[in-house]
Amino acid sequence: MAIDSKKTRQSKSSVTRRSFMVGVAGLTFSLVEAGRIGASATTVRNKNITVTPWVAISTDGSVHIMSPAAEMGQGSLTSLPLILAEELDADWTKVKIVPAPPIQAIYGNPGFGGMMYTAGSAAVRGYYKPLRLFGAQVRRVLIENAAKKWGVPVEELTTEPGVVIHARSGRRFGYGEIAAFAELPAKAPDIKDSELKKPGEFRLIGKDVMRVELPSKVDGTAQYSIDVQLPRMLYGAITRAPVEGSSLQRVDDAAAQRIRGVIKLVSLPHGVGVIAETPEAAFAAKEALKITWSRDGKAWGFSSEKGIEVNAVIARNLAQPGVDWEKVGDAAAAFQQADSVYSAEYHCDYAYHAQMEPLNAVALVPTSGGAAEIWCGTQSQFMAVEATAKALGITPDKVKLHDMLLGGGFGRRGHRDEEFIVDAVLLANETRGRPVKTMWTREDDVRNGRFRPLTAHFLRAGFDKSGKLVAWHHRHAGDGITAFQDPVFFEMAKRRDVIAMRGMEASPYEIPNRHGEFLQNDSGIRTSALRGVGVGPNKFAVEAFIDELAAKRGIDPVVFRLDLLKNVPRARAVVDKVTQMSDWRRKRNGRGLGFAYMDYTGTHVATVAEVTVNPKDGEIRVHDIWTALDCGIAVQPDNVVAQTESCIVYGLGLALSERITVANGEVQESNFYDYQVPRMRDIPDIHVELVATPNNPTGVGQMATPGVAPAISNAVAAATGVRLRHMPMTPERVLRALKT
Amino acid sequence: MAIAFDLNGKRVSIEVLPDTRLLWAIREHLKLTGTKFGCGAGLCGACTVHVDGSRAFSCQITVQEVAGKSVTTIEGLSPQGQHPVQKAWLAENVPQCGYCQSGQIMAAADLLAKNRRPSRAEIVEHMSTNICRCGTYPRIVRAIERAAREG
Ligand code: FES
Ligand code: FES
Repeated sequence: MAIDSKKTRQSKSSVTRRSFMVGVAGLTFSLVEAGRIGASATTVRNKNITVTPWVAISTDGSVHIMSPAAEMGQGSLTSLPLILAEELDADWTKVKIVPAPPIQAIYGNPGFGGMMYTAGSAAVRGYYKPLRLFGAQVRRVLIENAAKKWGVPVEELTTEPGVVIHARSGRRFGYGEIAAFAELPAKAPDIKDSELKKPGEFRLIGKDVMRVELPSKVDGTAQYSIDVQLPRMLYGAITRAPVEGSSLQRVDDAAAQRIRGVIKLVSLPHGVGVIAETPEAAFAAKEALKITWSRDGKAWGFSSEKGIEVNAVIARNLAQPGVDWEKVGDAAAAFQQADSVYSAEYHCDYAYHAQMEPLNAVALVPTSGGAAEIWCGTQSQFMAVEATAKALGITPDKVKLHDMLLGGGFGRRGHRDEEFIVDAVLLANETRGRPVKTMWTREDDVRNGRFRPLTAHFLRAGFDKSGKLVAWHHRHAGDGITAFQDPVFFEMAKRRDVIAMRGMEASPYEIPNRHGEFLQNDSGIRTSALRGVGVGPNKFAVEAFIDELAAKRGIDPVVFRLDLLKNVPRARAVVDKVTQMSDWRRKRNGRGLGFAYMDYTGTHVATVAEVTVNPKDGEIRVHDIWTALDCGIAVQPDNVVAQTESCIVYGLGLALSERITVANGEVQESNFYDYQVPRMRDIPDIHVELVATPNNPTGVGQMATPGVAPAISNAVAAATGVRLRHMPMTPERVLRALKT
Repeated sequence: MAIAFDLNGKRVSIEVLPDTRLLWAIREHLKLTGTKFGCGAGLCGACTVHVDGSRAFSCQITVQEVAGKSVTTIEGLSPQGQHPVQKAWLAENVPQCGYCQSGQIMAAADLLAKNRRPSRAEIVEHMSTNICRCGTYPRIVRAIERAAREG
């Protein structure tokens, strides 16, 4: 197994052995020369049909498989090719993984609007079926060719990894041997679902194959864009306007100019760039700039403290209608007839991604202009290319992309404008012929952050005389995300802010009348999807509120939920599992247990947290977190567990300490001393178990994050009787709540 | 002025301003990019190296301060990635995005060099200097315990 990253760019076409490829352009098969894969394959033509392959088998038996997703630690670089290799019955040791070129029509995720976009934990979910099918089709072609050669019926042939076998005569053909004489059918073979492997026949799926890039991540050779080294490379740094929409008014760069190694200072609409011979010179010059900004950005004067209040007023003003997310039955009427109605409010602060690799990119514009080469870590290869082309006024085909490993993504690197890549491109355009590595400092990364929004949630619930929960209403007021992050996707989504709204629903809890509505109130602060997207804030509110309702009715919170999940067996299974794991019914002395459940785009997750609260300093200590998760078939089970652990740690920071504050439109935090992410000493014992079901796989990259905060809030309520309604639940907030 | 020090067992000499941070000297002047930039402020540990056998944040020391000293980076920790800590890291599937892991491994190697059987509490204490945003902490603990066992 190897990653063959060089192949994406230049094929060594001295190879003349034949191999074949499977394209999805009408599922046409084509004969081409070995080695002609990757970017070059887009130009491979046979009988005037452009073919771009997912798979190429060489006569030496090596199998090249395209990987269409960005690798940011979630493991898709391995798990997607693995799915194809499974049905192909490939010999995994002979598989070479090739990052797919940025061609959406072919490599776009069918489960994500056809976009080549790694987000929403949608990679395995979206590609699972098609990749299995492609693998099975290639296997069938190999078998048919072997059958013809041997003059035996197809039905008598089987495969073992990398080999077609005729058991009766004891003959074997390696896949590479077949590739040497294979003839390809005009049409891709039909494969029925029933002809795919049964889970019991899997050799790779579910078997914990080592992720292909891991060795490079323990010896320092893994390449992120920040590591790129090119001949005559220069270094870029940039100071961006502190408030979105403000622009450069005046700059005093005299001191910066004097710094040794500074080559050029560049005024940009949104900031000032520095180009220098060394990174230290670039950063020093950036520090030496004295800049005056225009005061026309929308967020000037905005403070997050006041923003919460404003959102809260909007959320509770029932006269103001929002955009519907969930509308079932007639909630308004049900509230009128309800016997008792409860309401509560919850708030969430801005939060920052804090991916470990500060944003950066390397770009090269040739002396003649008109083209560009970029090296970057992006969640969307095609957006990176498009944004670069747009910045330079050239066509996307003139942009050559080198997509690198991502030092974390979490949603930060999936914005349509790819502004951190464009920074590098604009600076490189000023020093044509010399590449520029433009790096943001951590301070830039925080202050120029794009955040999970500030939100206020107003919830109410109505019970009928028999004590049945019959009406539910969730009003969420806060900044929009989708329109800012990706205006194109926003239009595709019919101008519904699906990123902010996701998770507002009460379902799958069975409540006959439900209404969830979103009240967009843009402050002008830059926003972004952040691990867990809207589900984080929304389920913080939903799951804490459900808990409050259970308490009001004097019912155990798990029993209360199970009653609403009577007809959702997968939900009940994870709930049962986590209650066993955590020994839910055992009373703990001085400690509180809190519970949360959700169905996050098909993945069922139940979480229990065990906490103590220090009444003196307000610190919440989380001792244990138990999570049970059902994501259907786990392609790489241990990786699912790892992702879930990761989600929990991330959720813990969001729940307890992570907060971006804005004063007069400017972000107040700047580095890890005032934006505190979890460290090893903050981590509870984490227990994860998967509930295996034979369903098609669903996502795992962020599904366990949103449950952490409500589970903790609920645990604090259980321990102290005090309800925490504002995320993050910082010690000051805990103290304040304990006092009132 | 040229400043000389040993880097992964080889003498190197570079022309930089003396107050240049060791991090940038290693990464961008000497092109050993396994050592990472995370915060530039001594807060995350991504830039951890060994100086004369003890861990140090390379973003916090200047090249001048290591003149004549011996610096080890992830590239020099073992010839083929075969240090017990590296092997344990693979056995426990620790890395996710991987960006923090050079620093984590250097910090762990430093711990085990000084304390062959660290307790859980000692591991947590020692490793809390290093941030992993992917939250691989439970696996880091397991990997360190494995390396201590199998070392
Ligand atoms: S980069 Fe040196 S401690 Fe973060
Ligand atoms: S593995 Fe991503 S930051 Fe540690």
